[in-house]
Amino acid sequence: MVNHIDLSSVLKRSVCALYSNLVTRPTGAAVRNEIELQLGQLGPKALTIIDFSHVGALDFSCADEIVAKLLLSSIANPERQDVYFVFRGMTDSHLDAIETVLERHGLCLVYDRGADGVRLFGDIDPAGREAWEAVFNSGGGAPDEIAAAVGIPCDEASKLLEDLRHRRLLMRTEEGYVAVRPVS
Amino acid sequence: MTTLINVPLTLDDKTFEQVLDQLAPLPADEKIIVDARHTRWASPYGLTALLTLAQSRPDRPGFYPPEAEKTGSYWARTNFYKHAEELYEFHGKAQRSPPHRESDVLLEITPIVQSADVHGVVERIQKKAQEILVGELNLESKATMRFTMALSEACQNIIEHAGCGGWVAVQTYTWQQRLNGRRVVVIAVCDAGVGFRQSLESSPARRLRDRWNDAIALEDAVLNGVSRFPDKGRGQGFAGMRKFVGHWDGKLSVRSGTARIVASVPDWDPDETAREEGLAPFPGAQLQITIPQRVA
Repeated sequence: MVNHIDLSSVLKRSVCALYSNLVTRPTGAAVRNEIELQLGQLGPKALTIIDFSHVGALDFSCADEIVAKLLLSSIANPERQDVYFVFRGMTDSHLDAIETVLERHGLCLVYDRGADGVRLFGDIDPAGREAWEAVFNSGGGAPDEIAAAVGIPCDEASKLLEDLRHRRLLMRTEEGYVAVRPVS
Repeated sequence: MTTLINVPLTLDDKTFEQVLDQLAPLPADEKIIVDARHTRWASPYGLTALLTLAQSRPDRPGFYPPEAEKTGSYWARTNFYKHAEELYEFHGKAQRSPPHRESDVLLEITPIVQSADVHGVVERIQKKAQEILVGELNLESKATMRFTMALSEACQNIIEHAGCGGWVAVQTYTWQQRLNGRRVVVIAVCDAGVGFRQSLESSPARRLRDRWNDAIALEDAVLNGVSRFPDKGRGQGFAGMRKFVGHWDGKLSVRSGTARIVASVPDWDPDETAREEGLAPFPGAQLQITIPQRVA
């Protein structure tokens, strides 16, 4: 199931209809709570698009409350092993704040840049990025196929892919792994 | 007995120390009158610090407003009198009605008590910030949102840590003493709360050290991202402010208790010092961000 969340609408609905900026920690917590409520209604398997397109300013506190804590709670919650996120609509200043909090927590997210493609954003080492891109570009595959594409031993690829899955950047299927990506 | 506290001719973050030096030897409950009759100019830091000073006194201090009409008119435009009247007992007549004209006050003195106040500040300042930062200071358009982020984080420190309300003001002006008369935009955020040292001391996870004072507490919070909250996500606000200030060749100074630090001393302010200790005590925290006009 694919769910689309317009953060600006969530802000107006959950905090104040007049606000257009995601600032202050209580605001971030209120927005995240609203998102968590929606996630709770979606069931155990879902892909959620988090859309920043209509958000004005985003400060570090809100980025921490919304982006970092949303990812952290999903990773920590065994009932959400198949809940994934794609983020889109961020400006350079949004990315500044988000990058800072992702690095602070050692997190990474899937960033849909529209016509510029999809990439990982945040704390990810080069090997992890290369493995993810191999899965993304190939449309998915088993660990041995990804290992061959990247040029690393199969057990190393398996470990990398499982780590990426744990970080909600890849999905595991019966055939192997597929990249989390926006679905039109 | 009542003691007269003289406000300097020019009141900014540096000269406010002269005010505090006069207060330091007095008993906390000493009745004071703050005398600004001869003051001709005040920065947003100076004005918000005067409000903070009144907040910090157990008895309502007296206040002589500036005699110069131009100065009084400007202070009125900043909303200083509106807030000062609730904190000071006025002696003499202040210029009360602000003239209607375009002002270099980017954000009038605004109380910060709760999160909604930060939203209000951010919503109000965005359009004008774009005009000033891009139009007057020659900064790139992307500076506006980062400026807003820095302002938001600075204001939130009051709500998260001070334990009482504080004040924010933003102003642009031409800085004659430094920068060869270039324009600057200045954010001042002042409160009379618990200050950095006491805030960090309230953390159960605080490491005990041989040396512990206001300067170390400031360095921990401002330079090292230490927070009283155990949450790993806390303490990022100052990192963000430092990044913004560093990118635009600005200056971030923070005073708390008896110490003051400057996050990075810019080349254009060679008289500035990175760390000052043993200053006259003053409660709470007083922060200033200065961003200069960019020259080719």
